[in-house]
Amino acid sequence: MADTMQFDLVSPERNLVSVPVREVRLPGADGDLTAMPGHAPAIVNLRPGLVTVVAGDGSATEFAVTGGFAEINNDSVTLLAERGHPRAEMTQAVFNEMMAQARRRVEVAKERETAGEELVAAAVKLLADMEALGTHIGLDPNQANFPH
Amino acid sequence: MPSLKDLKNRIGSVKNTRKITKAMQMVAAAKLRRAQEAAEAARPYADRMASVMAGLTAAAAGSDMAPRLLAGTGEDRRHLLVVMTSERGLAGGFNSSIVKLARQRLQELLAQGKQVSILTVGKKGREQLKREYSDLFVHHVDMSEVKRIGYENARQIADEILDRFDAGEFDVATLFYNRFETVISQVPTARQIIPAVVEEGEAAASALYDYEPDESAILNDLLPRSVATQVFAALLENAASEQGARMTAMDNATRNAGDMIDRLTTEYNRSRQAAITKELIEIISGAEAL
Repeated sequence: MADTMQFDLVSPERNLVSVPVREVRLPGADGDLTAMPGHAPAIVNLRPGLVTVVAGDGSATEFAVTGGFAEINNDSVTLLAERGHPRAEMTQAVFNEMMAQARRRVEVAKERETAGEELVAAAVKLLADMEALGTHIGLDPNQANFPH
Repeated sequence: MPSLKDLKNRIGSVKNTRKITKAMQMVAAAKLRRAQEAAEAARPYADRMASVMAGLTAAAAGSDMAPRLLAGTGEDRRHLLVVMTSERGLAGGFNSSIVKLARQRLQELLAQGKQVSILTVGKKGREQLKREYSDLFVHHVDMSEVKRIGYENARQIADEILDRFDAGEFDVATLFYNRFETVISQVPTARQIIPAVVEEGEAAASALYDYEPDESAILNDLLPRSVATQVFAALLENAASEQGARMTAMDNATRNAGDMIDRLTTEYNRSRQAAITKELIEIISGAEAL
């Protein structure tokens, strides 16, 4: 069996990354998972978090994503994310903006009369995941407390 | 018979017009290339999304648990028409062709006794529909500040649509936009986005996948994203079509201006020659009289 597989990180606007990799660690909605060549085909929902991509020579690259889903095949992983940033580009400013967006969603969900409990809960969970992501890579979620 | 001076001024003004239309054509050509590239770049995401969706919806469509975005509200009474046009004119029949299609659909629906509401994106369509149907407007999205269409724009429009759907304002939503076929051909298209249309034929490979968390959770997450993706694709197609239409229109205008300059120049030369001949005759007949 081949020891690498194709990894694509696709955003709605363009293809962000397309490289051969040895393994991909994904922040699944139900828990983290690692995909390696020969993985059973699966479609996995992602929560906001870090995606770690390990290239053939063992070097790892990290990307921050704001959720989306991954399509895992025998010899390829395709990640569809609305936003994906290499970790190096995840500055406080970018993170602030993401946090603001997540907060806005919570507010919108709460305001909406017809929204069920689940919708609010989902938005709150998204916000919590975003905060965890920020803390994990050393960015301060509370700095993003500007009014909008 | 216009005087020589009038003709000269006229030629000058048409020449200026030609310069402007020529410049607009070249600007449109450059923008068209960029718009086409953007549409091209967005395709992989949309394709993957569509293929995953096809697999999931085929499985879910039959079951009673299908989400409302897929199965619909069970009614077909209230329609939302999302009419996407441009912010600027001078693009040939670009805006009118979309409006024409939307209006045709609107009249059909009204004739069937359905309830219709309109959401417009872009100023031009709003202006054209306002005269007759202003009481049906529910929302307008202003794109005049948007230089480059991003996914964010599409998401805002999609959120607006989804909010209204969740609030129970309509049963069926249809997008109206121009599909970009070639530079000279843009096809006004109506595309139903809610409830989602299940595409047949691609579902074969889907049964092999494991789904995590489970199929319905993923589908619930995916359907709103898919609406946004389709809105995004429509926006990009529309942007490319607009530039294509403008380019063709401006090309025609430039050519017409050239023809007009030729005609006016001929007329100018004729009148000038006539004036010279007249003066000569006057001089000669004056000399003969002596």
